[in-house]
Amino acid sequence: MTEVEPKIVAFCCNWCSYAGADLAGVSRLQYPPNARIIRVMCTGRLEPEFLLRALELGADGVLIAGCHIGCCHYISGNERAQEKVAMTSELLDVLGIDKKRLRLEWISASEGRRFAETMQEFVKDLKALGPSPLKGGAE
Amino acid sequence: MTKIEKIIEDAGAFDCVECGKCTSLCPVAKLNPNFAPRLIVVKAQAGMESEVKSDKDIWSCVTCEICNDMCPYKVNFSGFIQRMRAEAIEMGNSPLCSEAGAIHTMQRLTGKGQKQNRLVWLTNDLRVKEKGDVYFFTGCSYQLGILFKDRAAELKKVPASVVKILNAAGIEPVVSNDEVCCGHDLIWSGNEAVFKDLMKKNVEMIRATGAKTVVFSCAEGFRTFSLDYQDFLGDLGFEVKHISEYLLDLIEQGKLDFKESNVKVTYHDSCRLGRHMGIYDEPRELLKAMNVELVEMPSIREKALCCGVNAFANCSEVSRKMQLDRLLEAKGVNAGVMLTFCPKCLIHYNCLLSMEKKPVELENVELVVGDFSNFIAEQLKGATEKTSVGHENVGQVGNVSNSEAENMKGGE
Repeated sequence: MTEVEPKIVAFCCNWCSYAGADLAGVSRLQYPPNARIIRVMCTGRLEPEFLLRALELGADGVLIAGCHIGCCHYISGNERAQEKVAMTSELLDVLGIDKKRLRLEWISASEGRRFAETMQEFVKDLKALGPSPLKGGAE
Repeated sequence: MTKIEKIIEDAGAFDCVECGKCTSLCPVAKLNPNFAPRLIVVKAQAGMESEVKSDKDIWSCVTCEICNDMCPYKVNFSGFIQRMRAEAIEMGNSPLCSEAGAIHTMQRLTGKGQKQNRLVWLTNDLRVKEKGDVYFFTGCSYQLGILFKDRAAELKKVPASVVKILNAAGIEPVVSNDEVCCGHDLIWSGNEAVFKDLMKKNVEMIRATGAKTVVFSCAEGFRTFSLDYQDFLGDLGFEVKHISEYLLDLIEQGKLDFKESNVKVTYHDSCRLGRHMGIYDEPRELLKAMNVELVEMPSIREKALCCGVNAFANCSEVSRKMQLDRLLEAKGVNAGVMLTFCPKCLIHYNCLLSMEKKPVELENVELVVGDFSNFIAEQLKGATEKTSVGHENVGQVGNVSNSEAENMKGGE
């Protein structure tokens, strides 16, 4: 079987991680093009529904990337995101979807390299997991 | 006959004599002047169906069925609303869902064919079987307990509590990891296609276990199996029983013993169990058999107040006011605990109780809204103070501990 490229939906916060992704591009760092980036003003805006819905609609993995704890542009939005991701992760486990399909990372605007490395690792992990069971595959 | 005419015919709405009893009793109409059950029926009959379908207020109905119950001509208003909602969705008139719709998505995701870990609550001290006469339908209490961990974490304990009670009576129920959501919220939010798919999966799975009786703790699952499933499939081939009926039989046979209790309890008739299914006496007799002091609120049984939200659609200030009214009734009779079988009622009341800025009337009110099955399990002779699963106390505003959140962080 030929290897299927996993689809990733990446929610990046406007102030840190989106700029980090930009820096990765400007610095011409090589990373797999599997992610569709959705810019949000803050990861605190994310609801469990967005993460579940992305998976339901056929994403193999969901990345949430925001400012480091303590550096949130809105003081504590990333802490909210952390809580919501923890909740969603627990729910995914009960639903029979591997928690590794949900990944939370803190990437600052200066960490272009970290963004590229995160992408490489995540794609590798997802390839090891195979296609999402919600697309008819087994897990 | 057009589709709409069929819906009107099936609901018996042609019998409507426009007496207005439905609107005068409707708890939503009392607070929202734009909403009137009578007007909706009259409009549909007059051929103004597109107006009915495109009206956002079709999602404001809480389907509490007080109108059905009191209608002198027995018009099935809630059945009419249920099917009109499917039409509304087709027109693109969708509801505003709580939690951005995560509950409905979670319910849809149960039926995608992946291997779930639905029985994570099953600890070694609980005895269950794979095949047998009695099937326990666990429902989505556990999952709701995760999604509402800051408001209703005690829901995570419900499945384990029920198995514990049944074990104490010498029954080993069948539970299945292949169970999917019953589809209650989906059919009430107009998603008939997914509902039918889930229904098929559940019924086939239960038939394969050879169960003769299916027991429910959740009032909504009980209603969905008893009414909606049988509407579509006819006879299911097994008996559907609510745990309150089922336990009464066991208590009569002397199979369950309870310890002494000094809590003052009031019972909230959820609409699904009460008006939809007519189960009013059993929970009360159950409390009597348990030697628990029951204090009744002013509005009970057929006239019970509603928790204000149906299928997590259109939660609004109207819902808040309805919840407040009920909690004030419970406060008025000095109850310490308000028990209900419906997990949604529990979530909605605790949602109001756990608000940071509570309505002034609720300040310093020490009232707990709890799940009936959990309460029974705690009152069993020999039971420890709290059941083993779940962590936060009832009604407490819980925060995720940092270490827990840290563990979940990414795939590190």
